[in-house]
Amino acid sequence: MSRARTLDVEVAEDRRSESMMINMGPQHPSTHGVLRLVLELDGEEVISCAPVIGYLHRAKEKVGETFSWHKFIPYTDRLDYLAPLSNNVAYALACEKLMAVDCPPRAQAIRVICHELSRISAHLLGLGAYAMDLGAMTIFLWTFREREQIYSLIERICGARFTTSYTRIGGVERDLPEDFWPKCQAFVNEFPGRVDEYEALLSRNKIWVKRTQGIGVITKEQALQFGLTGPNLRGSGIEYDVRKANPYLGYENYEFEVPIGTEGDCYDRYLCRLFEMRESAKILQQVIDTIPDGPILNRDGDEALKTVLPEKEKVLTNMEALIHQFMVGTESIHAPVGEVYFGCENPKGELGFYLRSKGGLEADRLRIRGPSFANLQILEELTPGHSIADIMALLGSIDFVMGECDR
Amino acid sequence: MAKVVDRRKLNFWEELYLPAIASGMKRTFAQMFKPAITLQYPEQRPEIFDDYRGAPGLVRDQDGREKCVSCQLCEYICPPRAIVIVPGEAPDQPDYDYSEIEKAPKEFYIDMLRCIYCGYCEEICPEQAIFMTDLYELNAGSRQELVHDKAKLYDVGGLRVDAIQKWKDKNASPGSEERKNVPPSGNPGDGAH
Repeated sequence: MSRARTLDVEVAEDRRSESMMINMGPQHPSTHGVLRLVLELDGEEVISCAPVIGYLHRAKEKVGETFSWHKFIPYTDRLDYLAPLSNNVAYALACEKLMAVDCPPRAQAIRVICHELSRISAHLLGLGAYAMDLGAMTIFLWTFREREQIYSLIERICGARFTTSYTRIGGVERDLPEDFWPKCQAFVNEFPGRVDEYEALLSRNKIWVKRTQGIGVITKEQALQFGLTGPNLRGSGIEYDVRKANPYLGYENYEFEVPIGTEGDCYDRYLCRLFEMRESAKILQQVIDTIPDGPILNRDGDEALKTVLPEKEKVLTNMEALIHQFMVGTESIHAPVGEVYFGCENPKGELGFYLRSKGGLEADRLRIRGPSFANLQILEELTPGHSIADIMALLGSIDFVMGECDR
Repeated sequence: MAKVVDRRKLNFWEELYLPAIASGMKRTFAQMFKPAITLQYPEQRPEIFDDYRGAPGLVRDQDGREKCVSCQLCEYICPPRAIVIVPGEAPDQPDYDYSEIEKAPKEFYIDMLRCIYCGYCEEICPEQAIFMTDLYELNAGSRQELVHDKAKLYDVGGLRVDAIQKWKDKNASPGSEERKNVPPSGNPGDGAH
């Protein structure tokens, strides 16, 4: 189903004198953060759109180059602040690749839980905000009900709801408490039913269908050219998921499907996100069933002594351990010379860390490939010809987060 | 492997739109008869677990001893640089158990406006002297009030019962490795005693 909304470009050129410039954002409630869109309008039709970014720039990459490897972990929380656990995992994996540190199987499984919980949580917010922008207020309240459940789980995982700082190089900070498992199981059990509820309200609703189908069509070629990743890429029908393409954390052992769309419009991207949430719940169930016992931090070998803090009990009783505590605390980690790139399938797309080390206590260069940054670029290409009301659908369906875009 | 998402055309019934309203209303009204999930904060409070990462505080052990020995590891590790410690000499310990401790913080500040509650200070502390407490609501009339000083930090941290009392246990077993290597006369702790 497509709508003949495309504006004749030549007509638009003639009407330039009548066009109106409008700022959407950075304070506009529907722009999700501090994105500013400079829209050129002809009546209600958008002639051009220039996204202005940088209002949330905090020089994260530079901070990463002045801080030791471990100290940067809390800063990764604040990249995609809707999925902080996922960012922690991505950064830890990149560091481990650089330092050739292994992660024990139990910690890997815990990281998968982190990844999938934050994926569900981020998609829920994306869906809720998307629907609310298009006038379906109920969804927003309902998704926040489930997000509350997820945040309680995350609070049990790491002691904080939002600023998690959970992973360490070589594992995770603490083991999951006993009461986490029944809570997580309860969530996994009831979550598919919740997704059914959202679907019942939206998927076959004529208003929703009219406002999303045929809007913001991203072709396969465009999606590839702009370097889209995540649900935005898959919505356009390209089967690429980092978890399948370059499995990490043992994702090859879990059974899940990757959804792809056919048209590449806002409706397809919505469907992909819903599908991904269901698949994430399935992965969670598999982790609950198969999580191995064992250590959560890699403390094997002499190398690990230099990278991982010793157990607290040993620090209090053993002189050697106390010395190591001070060594790791003050000297931190001397990474080997080298450069690595590691990309993770985050909720918004591929979050990549490029680390270059000259063998010091901190990175020589730390580059963050934020998926939202890449995904946002397509707005300029996509918006001309749409009505201004459709911009809301577009923004919602692209589902970006400025913390990661501006860094 | 990849699954194409289900995208059917709306059927005649769905095109009518009215059934969607009815179905939506049914689900929305059904919510009224389900228990509310909101909390009436501040009358109702969320459950806070022991391992929650709230405001950091300094702790005393079960003997009432202030545990921080001002090694400054937390100051060093703190990512937002919220901690400032002015080291000083430990007060005279009348008790033999703690006579080896030489240092204690003269001043200890944590700027709660900078603190990001990451818990690194608790993780790194070799004395188990600083802990993330369950205090999650901080407010003040001025910025200065939110810079917690030593008295306030001990107030926040309170008392914590230790399973391992590091200094006591060490003295309780004079034959332990650490003691063996130290010549008796060269131990400043013994001298002070």
